[in-house]
Amino acid sequence: MKPLRQIEPGEQLLNVENVSLRFGGVKAITDVSFDIVKGEVRAIIGPNGAGKTSMLNVINGFYHPQEGQITYRGATRSKMRPHVAATQGIARTFQNVALFKGMTTLDNIMVGRTLKMQKSFFWHLFRHGPAMNEEIEHRKFVEEIIDFLEIEHIRKVPVGKLPYGLQKRVELGRALAMEPELLLLDEPMAGMNLEEKEDMCRFILDTKEQYGTTIALIEHDMGVVMDLSDRVVVLEYGIKIADGTPDEVKANQKVIDAYLGVAH
Amino acid sequence: MSANATASLDTFPKWLQHNAAVRPARPAMRHKDLGIWKEWSWAEIDRIVRSYALGLMAHGLQHGDKIAIIGSNRPKLYWSMMAAQCLGAVPVPVYADSVADEMAYVLDHAEVRFACVQDQEQVDKILSVAERLSRIEMVFYDEPRGLRDYDHSRLQAIGDVIAQGEGILFADPAAVTRLEQAIATGQGSDISVMLYTSGTTGRSKGVMLSASGCINAAKDTVAFDGLTDKDQVIAYLPLAWVGDHYLNYAQALVAGFTINCPESPDTAVNDRLEIGTTFAFAPPRVFESMLTGIMIRMEDASWLKRKLFNYYIEVARQWGEKIHNGESVPLLARLNYMLGEVLIYGPIKNVLGLSTIRIGYTAGEAIGPQLFSFFRSIGLNLKQLYGQTEAFLYVTCQTDTAVRADCVGPATPNVTIRIDENGEVLYKSPGQFVGYFKEPEKTAETMTPDGFVKTGDAGFFEKDGQLRIIDRAKDVGKLNNGALYAPKYIENKLKFFPNIREVVAFGQGEDSVTVFINIDLVAVGNWAERNNVSYGSYQELAGNPQVYDIIAGHVAEVNRQLADEPMMARSQIARFLILPKELDADDGELTRTQKVRRGFIAERYASLVKGLYDGSSEAAISTEVTFEDGRKGVISARVKVMDAKIWPVTATPSQAA
Repeated sequence: MKPLRQIEPGEQLLNVENVSLRFGGVKAITDVSFDIVKGEVRAIIGPNGAGKTSMLNVINGFYHPQEGQITYRGATRSKMRPHVAATQGIARTFQNVALFKGMTTLDNIMVGRTLKMQKSFFWHLFRHGPAMNEEIEHRKFVEEIIDFLEIEHIRKVPVGKLPYGLQKRVELGRALAMEPELLLLDEPMAGMNLEEKEDMCRFILDTKEQYGTTIALIEHDMGVVMDLSDRVVVLEYGIKIADGTPDEVKANQKVIDAYLGVAH
Repeated sequence: MSANATASLDTFPKWLQHNAAVRPARPAMRHKDLGIWKEWSWAEIDRIVRSYALGLMAHGLQHGDKIAIIGSNRPKLYWSMMAAQCLGAVPVPVYADSVADEMAYVLDHAEVRFACVQDQEQVDKILSVAERLSRIEMVFYDEPRGLRDYDHSRLQAIGDVIAQGEGILFADPAAVTRLEQAIATGQGSDISVMLYTSGTTGRSKGVMLSASGCINAAKDTVAFDGLTDKDQVIAYLPLAWVGDHYLNYAQALVAGFTINCPESPDTAVNDRLEIGTTFAFAPPRVFESMLTGIMIRMEDASWLKRKLFNYYIEVARQWGEKIHNGESVPLLARLNYMLGEVLIYGPIKNVLGLSTIRIGYTAGEAIGPQLFSFFRSIGLNLKQLYGQTEAFLYVTCQTDTAVRADCVGPATPNVTIRIDENGEVLYKSPGQFVGYFKEPEKTAETMTPDGFVKTGDAGFFEKDGQLRIIDRAKDVGKLNNGALYAPKYIENKLKFFPNIREVVAFGQGEDSVTVFINIDLVAVGNWAERNNVSYGSYQELAGNPQVYDIIAGHVAEVNRQLADEPMMARSQIARFLILPKELDADDGELTRTQKVRRGFIAERYASLVKGLYDGSSEAAISTEVTFEDGRKGVISARVKVMDAKIWPVTATPSQAA
C-alpha cells in the first residue's frame, strides 16, 4: 500500500467511486460516488434502509464492496480491515451504543487510546516505569476529552448506569481519543431530547474546530443535518439521488419525493 | 496574630499581602482541573494577582472603574476580583446563568469597562448585546475553547494578561511602584465590590459595599465561628451571590483558609468528599436532596442494612440532638449512639462528604424541622443564619449550642436589630451597604433616618433571644379580629408535611384564616398504593375523603402548634380545601421560581375562596388548564370544603411586636 499523504484543509480526504455492495441478491448500495473534503461536516441522509450505515461500514473497512474503489488520503484501496482503518485515522460511533457497559467512562475512553500505546503488553501488565509514564500521558489526553465533553461528573461511573444521551457522549469521547482524521458518526442524536441534541451539535462543531476533525454523519433529524453539515449526500434504496449543500438538497424534487412519498 | 497587626488592614489587597507574608506556604486555593487538584499557596497567589493587576493596569484599568466577573467558581475569576481591587477598581460579579438581556441590563447599569468571563458561552452573550454596551472595552476569558477564530481586537485570555503583567513585573519598576502605591493608598471607605440583587421583586439593584465594612463583618464571623487557616471550603455557589463573596472570598482572605474550586458544578459533591471541607453552606434544598438520596438508596439496600439504618436513625432522632446540645442523656443511650456513629452515622456523613465539617450553615428559606433535625441528630453541626445582600450577609446566626429549626438565631456580634411598629426587622451592621448604585432614592427608601436598614421581612424575638422571621413584611396583615396574620408562615408550616406540596393562605381583611392545599402526588400516591386506594388522576385523589382526613389531621396539628405561639394563636386555620388541580407555572399560578402568586390565585379561584368563607360544604369551580403538551382545556369540579379543628389558645397573647 502506498504511504498515506498529509491532507490540507479543503483538499479531498476521502473519495468513494462507483461503489456497489451486495449481500447475496440484496443490493445494499448501487454505484454510489461522492467525496469528503478535509475539514467539512458531511451528512449522509436517506429514508430507512437506504444504505447509509452500509456506506459507513464500507468507508470504515467493515464491509468490502464488490465493485468500485475508495481513495483515502491519496491511497486507493479495495479491501481494508477495520483495525487498519483505525490506525489510519478513521474512528466511528455506532447507531446502537457499543460501549463496555461494566467499565467506567474513563476506562471506556482510555480504550480509544489503545492503538496509540507503544509499550508492550508485558510492560503494561506491571504498570511500572515507562508503561506508567505512557499511561499518564494518555490519561492526560483522555482527561482533556472529558473536560471537552463536560462529563467530569461521570468519570468514575460505569457506563451501563448512564442515561442514553450521556452514553452517546462517552462513545463520541472514545472515538475522539483515537485522534481521528475522519470521524464517522452513525445517528449521534437518535433518541435524544432537544437539550441533549443541542449539546451534541455543539460538541460536533467544537470537535471540528478544536481538533480539525473531518466528520461524516448519518442523522435523521433534518433540522440538525441542515444546521450542522456543509454538504449532504442523499441515498434512497442504495442509490445516490442528490448531493450538494443543505439548501440545494432541500430544494431537490427527488429528495422531497423520497421523504414525503409520491402519489401513484 | 495580634489584633494590632491586622487592625490597619482595611482592604482585601492588603489582606492578600498579609497572608502572603504570614502564611506564604499555606494553600490558598485549589482547583480540580483535568482530574487533578492544582494548588496555589498564598505567596503564589500574591504574585499572580500582582502580575494580573499590572496587566490590567496596562489595559488602562483605573481606580473606581467597574469590572464585571461572569462565570462559575474558578481561581482566575477570584484572582480577577483581587487584581481589580489592587487597583481600586470595583468588581461586579454577575450571575453566570442570566440570559444575555438581563446581563446587558446589569453591565450597562454598572457602567463596566472590562469583563472577566469564564468561557465562550459568556463571551457570546456579551457579544450578542455588545451594541447596547458602548462602555465595554475589553473582555478577558479563562477558557480558550471555541474562541480561537473570534476577533481578538477586544478579546484576550486572562492567562495572557497575567503573562503580560509578569513581564512588566520584571521590566518596569516604575509600574510596580505605581501598583504598590495603589495598594497602599487603598482605603477602607473605597467601594470594594458591587453585588446586584437577584431582582425577584422588580429590577436588580447594585448594592455597593465598602472595603472596611466587608472586612469588619468578615472578622466578626471568623472570630464567632473560630475559623482558621486550617479550614477548607468548597466554592460552588454563584460568584454574584453575597453568600459566596462573603463566606468564601471575604472570610478566606481574613482567616487565610483554602478555597477549593470544583471541577464543574456537577462534581461539587464528589469534590467536597475528596477535599474534606470543614465549613459549609448550603440552601435547604441541597440538604433535602441529600436526604432523599439516602432514603432512596436505603430502599434498595439489603434487609439487614435497612433494619440497622432504621433502628439507628430512630436512636439518633431520640438522643442525637440532646447529646450534641450537651444535655444529660442516659449512659446506655450514649453508648448505643456511639455504636450508631460507627455503623451508620459516620458512613452516611462520609458518603455525603460531611465527615470533617465543623460548621455548616443553611439559609435562604425556611427549613423543615424534620430535615434539620435529621442532619443535626447524626452529628452535623448545622446552624441557621439570616441575612441579605444589603447587610453583606449576616444579620443573625446561631451559636453552636443554641440551635433550633424555627428561628435564625440572635444578632451576629456588632449587629443591632430593632423591630419597628409594623413588625418589620431593621438592623445596623458593620458590613451594611453604602447605597444602591445610581439609585439614591431607593437607598433612602431602604434606610431609616437614624441609619437602620429595612429588611422587608417581618419577625419577632423569641424568649431565648432568637429572631424568628415570619414573612415578607408587605404580606403580613391583620384579621378582622386584629390578630396578626402571616400567610407564608402558615403555608410553610403545612408544607413541612411530605403529603402537602403547595399551600395558599387567605385571611387579609377576613374574619379567619383559610387555605387552599395541593397534595403531593408522589407522597399521597405512595400512600394510596399501600392502602389499596385506587385513583385515576390527581383530581380524583385530591377529592378522596380519606385523603381529606389525612390533610385535616395535618391542619389540626399546625393549629395545635399555632395555639402554642402567643403571636399566632388567634390566626389558626378555620377551613381548608384541596385544590382539584396542581398549581402550575404554565397556568401563571406560580412564578418560574415556584413561588405562589397569591393574588392571581385568589382571583382565578374566586368561587372557591367564596366557598371557604360562606360556610358551605362544597364549592364549584371551572378553570382552564394547560396540559404538558401545551394544549389547553377546562376542568370543572365540585370541591369539598372542610372545617379544621381549632385549639384553645394556650399562650397568653403578648403585646404585638
